[in-house]
Amino acid sequence: MPDPQPASVYDLDHKAEVENLATFAVLVDNEPGVLHRLVGLFAARGYNIESLTVAETDRNAHTSRVTIVTRGTPHVLGQIEAQLEKMVSTRHVQDVTRDPNGLERELALVKVKSLGAERVEALRVADIFRARVIDTTHESFVFEITGAPNKIDKFAELMRPLGLVELSRTGVLSITRGADAL
Amino acid sequence: MTAHQTITAPEAADTEMMSGAEIVVRSLLDQGVEVLFGYPGGAVLPIYDALFAEPRLRHILVRHEQGATHAAEGYARSTGKPGVVLVTSGPGATNAVTGIVDALMDSIPLVVITGQVATHLIGTDAFQECDTIGITRSITKHNYLVKNVDDLPRIMHEAFHIATSGRPGPVVIDIPKDVQFGKAAYQGPQAVTHAHDYRPQVKGDAGRIAEAVTLIAQSRRPILYTGGGVINAGPRASALLREFAELTGAPVTSTLMGLGAFPAADPKWLGMLGMHGSFEANHAMHDCDVMVALGARFDDRVTGRLDAFAPTSRKIHVDIDASSIGKNVRCDVGIVGDAASVLEDMIAAWKAMRLSVDKTALAEWWKQIDVWRARDCFAYTPDSKLIKPQQAVERLYHHAKDKDVYITTEVGQHQMWAAQYFRFEDPNRWMTSGGLGTMGYGLPAAVGVQIAHPDSLVIDIAGDASVQMTMQEMATAIQYDLPIKIFILNNEWMGMVRQWQQLLHGERYSHSYSESLPDFVKMAEAFGAVGLRAEHPGELDDKIAEMISVRRPVLFDCRVTKEENCFPMIPSGKAHNEMILAQEARDLGSIIDDAGKRLV
Repeated sequence: MPDPQPASVYDLDHKAEVENLATFAVLVDNEPGVLHRLVGLFAARGYNIESLTVAETDRNAHTSRVTIVTRGTPHVLGQIEAQLEKMVSTRHVQDVTRDPNGLERELALVKVKSLGAERVEALRVADIFRARVIDTTHESFVFEITGAPNKIDKFAELMRPLGLVELSRTGVLSITRGADAL
Repeated sequence: MTAHQTITAPEAADTEMMSGAEIVVRSLLDQGVEVLFGYPGGAVLPIYDALFAEPRLRHILVRHEQGATHAAEGYARSTGKPGVVLVTSGPGATNAVTGIVDALMDSIPLVVITGQVATHLIGTDAFQECDTIGITRSITKHNYLVKNVDDLPRIMHEAFHIATSGRPGPVVIDIPKDVQFGKAAYQGPQAVTHAHDYRPQVKGDAGRIAEAVTLIAQSRRPILYTGGGVINAGPRASALLREFAELTGAPVTSTLMGLGAFPAADPKWLGMLGMHGSFEANHAMHDCDVMVALGARFDDRVTGRLDAFAPTSRKIHVDIDASSIGKNVRCDVGIVGDAASVLEDMIAAWKAMRLSVDKTALAEWWKQIDVWRARDCFAYTPDSKLIKPQQAVERLYHHAKDKDVYITTEVGQHQMWAAQYFRFEDPNRWMTSGGLGTMGYGLPAAVGVQIAHPDSLVIDIAGDASVQMTMQEMATAIQYDLPIKIFILNNEWMGMVRQWQQLLHGERYSHSYSESLPDFVKMAEAFGAVGLRAEHPGELDDKIAEMISVRRPVLFDCRVTKEENCFPMIPSGKAHNEMILAQEARDLGSIIDDAGKRLV
């Protein structure tokens, strides 16, 4: 890692920096085209979108909340934040990853098709992960699970040899602990 | 719509019912708009109808929508007011695209009104339909599709607010034809409630300003690197810049877009920096220990090789756009704010903290700068038979400098020679396409400038290739009796392309020579303008004097040496202190390495 406070800015080497995942919560004016504007900003600059969720959160104020998970070096993530702030339709941007009070949750629906011992094991694993069964047939389950994204990754990984046939994820939602609001 | 309703004066009640078209016209008036540049068509006929009976708005009919956008840019850049464009749907909007991107890249406030097919036809591939807001979303600061006429007054006023505040830029308002006919209650600029909470930061952070001035006071080799942001911040910013340079004794250089913010006559002026900037400006940038970037964005034309850009310096970056700070070059002190406001606070902080400069160190610094200056980087060898392009601009400057003069340019070698040999003492006098580099910008921009300044001398320093891209706007100049001077440095080549092919592609001149050019003198006459030609150095002065004295549009065909290159030059991928001068430029192919050849 480069010195955090070098004598000159050129002692920093962007290429040597590691890419990290980051989650941004963005409050935007809910108007036609706002999602295209935001996604276009990412596409035009070659930034990645790992997950994206969006829904209106305040009908009276006409605001929607977008949660976007992206990947980049600290320099790129700083640019992404500044570019998001720059959009006229943006009200607030919060880097949830850098906030120690940041909470992240995702919901997934997982379909597992199996018989016999595998079916029993799937139920046991689901119980450990506190996943709920929301549909069943004699040869399948649909589980509903919520949690941090890595918990869902882990659950899917365990279910794969037990007959996972389909996975649907909402993408990450975020909020901060405590009384302060975005 | 029936007769041409008279639009009531601004002091009338704010709840009056109007058609969408009338709301557009009334909003423009309430925003203080005097001129708009446009071209009619099916989807804007209601607005044109409302304009028909409106004597307070002057509509300039261009010959191509790209011309309207560049004219509006020239108008905006030379006045500090937003430029307004009115075009129709489909091809009207797509033709305007180049000028809209140009305005975005150079931070020019434009409000572009486009007609659209009626709401119920949107998405049906109707005649002259295109997805205007889709096309312009990434090339505008903001854009709107007006689906409901009730939203129109709010959107009109909000568009002006967005275009002109913060970092200025173009805003597109796409208005379907049925919305132009629909009726709604008009609300004035003060009465509308903005849907967007757009309040860009103008005032810089006091702590960082104190940090910045302390750094400057401790410096031994300071430099002020200023850009278009100082021009955009208004004449007050230029005045404050002069005061700050005086306080600190620091040398001043500027980007292409910032020329005129600091007077060229001042001994502290080093000339433009960057790829074709002055030797002294680039070397001073490279060797400085504290750099103050004011309203400049570290463009690749300015920085050259990034990892060797001003390697020993601490950098202070003042910009209205937070995303510009640290984008290309990391800075030590980043200040988000308007150039005028921050300069004012820096001056106040400097005085309040009773700071002073290290006079001995500064004297040493100036001694070094004088050594660089002595290289006389813009020297060229005149020819007894042929006109050198540098000489042409120099003579033009000589004849125009004491006049009330505005300069526009196209893009290429002539643009760089104009920036090098024409000297500017005041802001808003220099209009050029910097970011996008749009050939064809200068002629329509000159139209816009002359509309704003009817009695001034407006000259487009042009190239023979560029000027043909928007030549049709000569007809606009004739129609409105605009005595613009199109001074063409005619070398029969796309000069900058030719230069790069010579330097980087082994002198393989692929498709950069114009084997047929129009006779510019006859062309001028065909338009109804005056055509002049100079072929020999001996006649140059007389012809330029004639061009300036005639009160009509002039196309001046200045035949210059064909293979002149633009120097000095920082070769691609090289650092500021690796700049080459004309007399050293013999074997450039070997100077630029493979990595450099891949850069533009």
